[in-house]
Amino acid sequence: MPSLGAGMETGTLAQWLVQPGAHIKRGDLIAVVETQKGAIDVESFEAGTLTKFLVEPGTEVPVGTPLAVIDGAGETAGSEVVKPEPVAPIERPHVSPVARRRAQELGVDIEALAARTGGSVNLEDVEKAAGTPHKPAPVAPAGMRQAIAATMARSKREIPHYYLAATLDFSAVLNRLQTMNASLPVPERLVYGVLLVKAVALAAKRFPEFNGYWVDDHFEPSERVNVGVAISLREGGLVAPALHDADGKSLSILMREFLDLVNRVRAGHMRSSEIAEPTITVSSMGEQGVDSVYPIIYSPQVAIVGFGSIVEQPWVVSGKVVATRTITATLAADHRVSDGHRGALFLAYLRQLLEKPEAL
Amino acid sequence: MNDAANTTRQKVLAALAGVAPELDPNELDPQQNFRDQMDFDSIDFLNFATHLHQAFGVDIPEADYPKLFSLDGCIAYFSKRPG
Amino acid sequence: MNRETAASVITYREAVRQALHEALSNDERVFLMGEDVGMYGGSYAVSKGFLKEFGPERIRDAPLSEAGFTGVGIGAALGGMRPIVEIMTVNFSLLALDQIVNVAATLRHMSNGQFSVPLVIRMATGAGMQLAAQHSHSLEGWYAHIPGLRVLAPATIEDARGMLAPALTSPDPVLIFEHILLYNEKDTLPATPHTVDLHSAAVRRSGRDVTLITYGGSLPKTLRAAEQLAGEGIEAEVLDLRCLRPLDDAAIMNSVRRTHRAVIVDEGWRSGSLSAELGLRIMEQAFYDLDAPVARVCTAEVPIPYPKHLEDAALPQVPAILAAARDVVHTRV
Repeated sequence: MPSLGAGMETGTLAQWLVQPGAHIKRGDLIAVVETQKGAIDVESFEAGTLTKFLVEPGTEVPVGTPLAVIDGAGETAGSEVVKPEPVAPIERPHVSPVARRRAQELGVDIEALAARTGGSVNLEDVEKAAGTPHKPAPVAPAGMRQAIAATMARSKREIPHYYLAATLDFSAVLNRLQTMNASLPVPERLVYGVLLVKAVALAAKRFPEFNGYWVDDHFEPSERVNVGVAISLREGGLVAPALHDADGKSLSILMREFLDLVNRVRAGHMRSSEIAEPTITVSSMGEQGVDSVYPIIYSPQVAIVGFGSIVEQPWVVSGKVVATRTITATLAADHRVSDGHRGALFLAYLRQLLEKPEAL
Repeated sequence: MNDAANTTRQKVLAALAGVAPELDPNELDPQQNFRDQMDFDSIDFLNFATHLHQAFGVDIPEADYPKLFSLDGCIAYFSKRPG
Repeated sequence: MNRETAASVITYREAVRQALHEALSNDERVFLMGEDVGMYGGSYAVSKGFLKEFGPERIRDAPLSEAGFTGVGIGAALGGMRPIVEIMTVNFSLLALDQIVNVAATLRHMSNGQFSVPLVIRMATGAGMQLAAQHSHSLEGWYAHIPGLRVLAPATIEDARGMLAPALTSPDPVLIFEHILLYNEKDTLPATPHTVDLHSAAVRRSGRDVTLITYGGSLPKTLRAAEQLAGEGIEAEVLDLRCLRPLDDAAIMNSVRRTHRAVIVDEGWRSGSLSAELGLRIMEQAFYDLDAPVARVCTAEVPIPYPKHLEDAALPQVPAILAAARDVVHTRV
């Protein structure tokens, strides 16, 4: 972690800009570091092959901490070491009295904060963790914003999208959820999004032309069904990392993984496999109050399923009009790979799974 | 505010901070619900409920979730529960 | 010698002289007694011309007997006079310790209030003029330890001018310490000087990042350090204690609660010094406001050296104050 300004004590590695195996020249941009002054592109001081990352994105480390291994240039990725303090294991965190008192006032978890700051907590750390007043509207980190923009632009430009929508009776899912959750303790309860993911995974397994990648000029179906889940970040920005093999997992395991994934993502600890490997994506916008979503496919995938809010509306059940909680599912798919007929079958199957959720 | 109410409030704020560390308690409208103020989604709320569950040591039936959608709601709810 | 009626730039020495002159002129009970105060005009030239102006009854040259003339001062005070005893330096006051600590400080208590000792003792103090081991002590901290004494350390021209008059109104002994390096300091004295009190600490420079607490001869160095720190983005608050006994706890804690960090600059030797007392009081009263341990810059624990470079190295200097302040501001707990 380089020193990027007078008085800089720590920096957060926001993202790597190269992958292991990359050949680095002196001056190549290799990482984005988040500092008090904002996001800063870090150049390599060494040349060689970057063989290994030593620090995960999202980790805050003291200035001088080695970030990666570059072979052929000495042992560690160069950065001028101003204060080579290793990240000490935390036995008893050092927390200044005023930091401790302020943490209590602001409801900040000192232990968690100490773990993030390497075992030392000053007043400033607590106030930063609790946020500053008059915080401007959340803005995604510059690097991420650019990445999203690039992906979305490419998708819209290159993929001939077609859209299909189906509104379905969601009451069976909600009833099933209620029953399951009634006997589960709070930390193990399910959210309905997990059932959506499972249903989409099963449908993708049944209809392989919606599960895979468009590579060069052709479609490569995927053996595995890794459902990407669109997750919004608290400070702005959107990522859609994968829940691997979602078709084969039980709801409780899927829920646990889903919760872990969302929490890790929001804490900035996404794994590269999660970014790289979704084979189809689910985007649930229901909580924002929109009825239906017309999502953009995440290139190089070939389909994305959107879900809107749960809307209670008049519905005909066995010839009678009943107030029913419904949800609208939308399929956006790549017309080079599938057509509306297949898309309609996909959605019909999805409806079947969600209206009779015992199979999930 | 008496000590017991203070502690309840602190625990609720700590649970909130666990989910939304950027939150400034002074900026929070105690009556407005979290979804509107802080863009809570179902996962945020689940994490919040889990923290509350751990902080107060009581089970929270799903049916009670709507009572926990605002700061005042949470304080009222946990002030009445034993533990 | 004229009393200044307009604002003027004067030296600390001149301010003390003016204060003495005013006291001698206004109150017949006041007299000045000490070694070389009369014929010599004062070992630091403070009472130059006074013998001629006020006569030998009011300006009394004493023999080399600190215990003797301090005792005489106590007796005179008991008898209704308002003596100002000048002990040439705090180093020589050690010879009068029994008089000061066991007689002047205790008579009120031991007489159950029947007697009080309205005695003012002025002493030069401190190091920096190569006067070597026996003539360079800073023992204000020792005297601040004794109940029954009020201990003052005027560090500014305003206090040098203003503290004597209220000191003379005290029914109990008051010690006034004048640091030898301050005598030549200059500053502007307003035409009508403010009345000064004998108990408040004064914020000489406002800041929000660290509180630098000091007194007496260390004030100019501390202010210079604060100037330099401002250039580095550290806003240091400088608190001049003014009165060492009793200490102004409220002012100290008020400052530390705002800045969360404290550095004490004390020319006494570190161990058992006034800085130790201040540090512990801060811990007692403002622990939960501290973002870093309290730091101090004191004299190295050696008899004060004679060679200039060694004397300079032993005393608290601006670089050491800067280092302590930076450390306290930048280092994580």
